[in-house]
Amino acid sequence: MINAGDTAFVLIASAMVLLMTPGLAFFYGGMVRRKNVLGVLMQCFIIMCVLGLQWVLFGYSLSFAPGNAFIGSLDWAGLRGVGLEPYADYAATIPHQAFMIFQAMFAVITPALIIGAFAERMKFSAFLVFTLLWAFFVYDPIAHMVWGTGGLFRNLGVLDFAGGTVVHINAGVAALVTALYLGKRKHFPQAVAPHNLPFTVLGAGLLWFGWFGFNAGSALAANGIAVNAFVVTNTAAAAAGLTWALIDWLHNGKPTMFGTVTGAVAGLVAITPAAGFVGVIPAVLIGVGVSIICFLMVTVVKMKFGYDDSLDAFGVHGIGGIFGALATGLFASKALNPAGADGLFNGNPKLFLIQLGAVLFTLVYSLIATFVILKIVDKLIGVRVNEKDEAIGLDLTQHKETAYTVLE
Amino acid sequence: MKLVIAIIQPHKLEDVKKELYQEEVNLLTVSEVLGHGRQKGVTEVYRGIKETGNLLRKIQLEIAVNDNFLERTLKAITKGARTGETGDGKIFVLDLGECVRIRTGETGPEAIG
Repeated sequence: MINAGDTAFVLIASAMVLLMTPGLAFFYGGMVRRKNVLGVLMQCFIIMCVLGLQWVLFGYSLSFAPGNAFIGSLDWAGLRGVGLEPYADYAATIPHQAFMIFQAMFAVITPALIIGAFAERMKFSAFLVFTLLWAFFVYDPIAHMVWGTGGLFRNLGVLDFAGGTVVHINAGVAALVTALYLGKRKHFPQAVAPHNLPFTVLGAGLLWFGWFGFNAGSALAANGIAVNAFVVTNTAAAAAGLTWALIDWLHNGKPTMFGTVTGAVAGLVAITPAAGFVGVIPAVLIGVGVSIICFLMVTVVKMKFGYDDSLDAFGVHGIGGIFGALATGLFASKALNPAGADGLFNGNPKLFLIQLGAVLFTLVYSLIATFVILKIVDKLIGVRVNEKDEAIGLDLTQHKETAYTVLE
Repeated sequence: MKLVIAIIQPHKLEDVKKELYQEEVNLLTVSEVLGHGRQKGVTEVYRGIKETGNLLRKIQLEIAVNDNFLERTLKAITKGARTGETGDGKIFVLDLGECVRIRTGETGPEAIG
């Protein structure tokens, strides 16, 4: 039975999640040098177009149509049979297409997250082919395993409320692989100043806003679970943003704007898999914990190992996602959400092990598959721009535009 | 004393800086300028309309040097900025009448380095 309130809520949540991709574009766009800002915005925006089509034609079917444990069938290709009646296995009170379009926005933002790792040096043509292949061979199978009926992890009882594993770990690991594969930018490890931090703050604000759709919307109904997800999402972001500011203050003498928004986004990432299964106090702990861990990753570990994860897509999304998925295994509570399970701290160590298994599998699968795809694209067209184009910037060399004029 | 003014390609700034530092020329002023070049440069396209781009983005360096530093300064800029294509830029050398270091009030060659 279609419920009007639920349907309205999911449609609005879908629109909010869509807005996260341009939000991410500004979040990342502000961090790069001015000669590359359009390159980043374009990569994010074109994903809305490319994945928007891929999803309705093939992606939704491969992810959610009944299939085997690893991938869905092509029965729903072109949305054949995906109509305006509910499909109870996923959401019993909204039209099947509402569920489909909500999921489409997740399929869009996930590959967009990877952009942060190869910013300022990837060829646009190679990026397009890579993204499309990645959607088919990494996102769709992992989404099916975690969320699709008959999926491996869904059957094992893995809890991933809004996509910590599917979205953040998956994209985060792919980000690390691309950063390593493409190699460092010319100036690395010398830091370059972000060209427009207000853009980054604007982007973080849009992400925070959109994340309510992402997490609360994942309840797929306008109910108590959605409210819980909304509240803990805000709480974790607040705790993480404040924590990062305080670490900055202690460590560098001053709290930074850049650090505060980075922390808030890390908090949003970490609460994502847990949002429907934990209460407010665990959300605070998750927020504080993720900022400490991500701070260490991007300031100490990255420099020690010397990989150029340019905008910290792995350091924030990969690590934050892993932390969140494991924290779900610790804090999840059946009293809060009967559809979930109890975590380690509520007397069920098994859930933690299941979560760990899903994290490791996703990590290894995304690592290998991303590497193979990169290798193929590199052989076909070459993934990295030449040195001169990198020096001139991606805006002019890949798009024949510049973001800013000098006069007028 | 000479004032060296160099107009170079924006993407060669880092290379020029590196060459200058190697020659121990550490004092420079940099500004972003637009110039009327003879070359076409990289054309820009806005909604299908080609911007012919008479005015191209360039970087202008201003470096005040003592006479014994002039040659190596010119060498460093040339080496760092040259690609061999049109648009590499130009270097102008002017006689410099006076130089004052504001902090101490020193004047002349003393004040430059």
